[in-house]
Order: sequence, then structure tokens, then C-alpha cells
Amino acid sequence: MSVQTSSHPAPRPDWVWHAGLVAFVAIWWLVYRQLIPFSELITSLFPVERHSHTGEAIAFFFYDVPKVMMLLTLIVFAMGVVRSYFSPERTRALLAGKREGVGNVMAAGLGVMTPFCSCSAVPLFIGLVSAGVPLGVTFSFLIAAPMVNEVALALLFGLVGWQVAATYAAFGLVIAIIAGWVIGKLHLEGWLQDWVRDIHSGATAPDAADDAPLTLVDRYRLGIEAVREIFGRVWMWIILGIGMGALIHGYVPQDLMARIMGADAWWSVPAAVVIGIPMYTNAAGVIPIVEALLGKGAALGTVLAFMMSVIALSLPEMIILKQVLTLRLIAVFVGVVGSGILAVGYLFNFLF
Amino acid sequence: MDIKVLGPGCAKCKATADLITRVAGEAGKTVTIEKIEDMRQIVSYGVMTTPAVVVGGKVVHKGSVPSHDQVLGWLG
Repeated sequence: MSVQTSSHPAPRPDWVWHAGLVAFVAIWWLVYRQLIPFSELITSLFPVERHSHTGEAIAFFFYDVPKVMMLLTLIVFAMGVVRSYFSPERTRALLAGKREGVGNVMAAGLGVMTPFCSCSAVPLFIGLVSAGVPLGVTFSFLIAAPMVNEVALALLFGLVGWQVAATYAAFGLVIAIIAGWVIGKLHLEGWLQDWVRDIHSGATAPDAADDAPLTLVDRYRLGIEAVREIFGRVWMWIILGIGMGALIHGYVPQDLMARIMGADAWWSVPAAVVIGIPMYTNAAGVIPIVEALLGKGAALGTVLAFMMSVIALSLPEMIILKQVLTLRLIAVFVGVVGSGILAVGYLFNFLF
Repeated sequence: MDIKVLGPGCAKCKATADLITRVAGEAGKTVTIEKIEDMRQIVSYGVMTTPAVVVGGKVVHKGSVPSHDQVLGWLG
């Protein structure tokens, strides 16, 4: 994140922005297609045998790092532009008074689309609940928002393939919808912290001033800002994650992971979920490792469960939510979401 | 002039407060900046995203670090 210090430069005409975007995408595409020769070239500069363990690890690293960075740039920019059409206030207006069921489905979708950072989780939660959005619907939003995020999708798409990325997104949404619906059915409004209940029954929050409508160029700017902000946050995790992945790729014996994390080991799915909860890297750090594990014979369902658990159930997030939820409600949240993740893990190990 | 920065102590909230201090210094304005980190007070302003900026009791900005020019505009 950076802070602008300059005053307005002379405004560029809109066509320059549109042309710039087209040129960027074209150059992006040309460079992207050259990544394999590029990584082989870099690897050949190291004094190691190409097909040795070290050679494999180096080639893996120098292919995957630029690839992931490039995909992330494009996807985060696109998401930034799309998200500029949404805002928490608009989401609240759309969800207020919605019935459960339809509301859960909408909330999960809006969770993906609404610009949101985890440090705003508490005011957002309260803003939704106090405007009359049912608790279960609010949970669908809060589960989908971190789970189906653009960093996870970009990395899955780049490292594991679009099929797994699409599967992950679809089942992430399904878990958010069903878990929110179940929590709604349990009628746990009484398990909010007292002060939150008071706001709930009291006046609704006043609407903050509406922002002026954005132009397309404003939206490009927001997209660029999103790229800058997310890169600042995740670039180190990506390099660390891919470094770990490269080591696994080069050095871990082929059948080790198949034995520990293969489909035949029934206990591996719950173990993956439990191990995933206290781990707080983010999608950027965990997915390169996941890719390497898959390559070593780990089962897809087990790996998917691990990834979802790391991303959707994190201790720091629970500590933040502790301000508004009682421990009992947090336990129900973890239990319901965890069960959903388990079910997805077993389902995939069974199907594939 | 009283300016409040609402936010639970995240990096962006700190950047916002620092920016306002700096811009006010450059513009030669005296401002008192109060950081509101208590969640109950934050939500009482009706904001759903932080950092948010309150000038004269009114929410003027929310959800991001404001730009240099925006801050100048508030300082009047």
C-alpha cells in the first residue's frame, strides 16, 4: 500500500487508458507464452545437472514464480474492476430483509464480489446484522468472502489447472451457502455478544455519504490499486510457498505422500482439516505446497480439505470475531464449516 | 479542527492517521487527530469498512487510505 503524494498530473484522455490496457494484455500474453524457454534458460545457467533433484527444483521455481505473478496480476486487476461495481453498503441493501435460502445463495455470491478486507470483518458483520440481514445469511457472506478469493483462484488456476480452480470455487460457495443456512436454522442470535444484540434491536446505522459514480478509468485505477496492494501483501508468501513446493517437487520421494495423504488413508481428511486450522499462511503460501503434494500422489480431496481449512478457518480471524460472537457461537461456526470441508474432502476422494 | 480516524489498529488505519498529520503540517493547519480503535465506537458511526475518517462529527471517508487531495479538501 502506498500513499499518493503528488497533486493531479495532467489528466490523460480516456482512450489512452483503454489502449494501454489492450497493449498490456497483448504484451502479457506474449511474455506468458515464453515462460518455459525462459525458465529453462535460467536453469541452464546453474552449474547443476538439469534432471537432478536440484535441477528439477530450480526449473520448477523459475517457471512457477513468474507464471503465478503474471496470472495474479491479471486476475486481481480484473477482480478489482469488477468489485468496483459492488460496495458493502450496496450488499447490505441487497441482503436486508432477504429470507434464508435465497438470502444464503445471494450472500455467498456477494461475499466473493464485495471488496472486503479481514480487518473490516467486525464492522461489516455488525453493519449487516444491524440492518436486519439474518444471522445465517451474514455467515454465508463471511464464509464465502475469504474462502473464494482471487488469490486462491489465480494460484489454483496457474499451478493446478482450471478444473481444480473451478471445483474449489464451486464447493467453496456450496459450503458457505449450506453452513450459513444451518447456522440460521439453529437460531443462535442469542449467542452474539451482548453489545452486538443491543445494536441489533436498536436503531439501524445511518448511511454514510454516497460516493460519486465512478468512470471506467476510475475503475481501472481501482484495479491497479488492488494489484499493488495484494502484491505488497502476498509476494513473499508466493516466493516462500513456491520455494517449499520446489523442494518437495525435487526431493520428496514419489510414494511418501501417496501413503500419508492418499485416498486410502481415511483419517487423512480430518487430519488435514485439523492441521489446517492453526496454520495461517494464506492462499498464496499454501497453494504451491498443495500443488507439489498433488504431484507426489496426495489425494485431491485431502488436499482440497487442507486448503479450505487453512484459508477459511483461521485462528486470527476467530480472534477478531470473538469481539462480536461468543465462544459457543465460534465453536458452532468452526464445527459447521469444518464438517462441510470434511464432506467435500471425502466426496472428492471418493469420486476421483 | 477535530479529526477522528476509525479503525481497529490495522496498517491502513495508521497510514491514514500519518497522512493526515503530514498533510496538515504541510498546509500549516492545526488539527487534533484522535484514533478510535474501540469497535463499539467505530460501529456507532455506521461505517462498515475501515479505515474511516470523521471530520466535525460526519463520516467523510471509509474503506481505504484517502488520497492527499481528499485530505486537503477536508482541511478546507
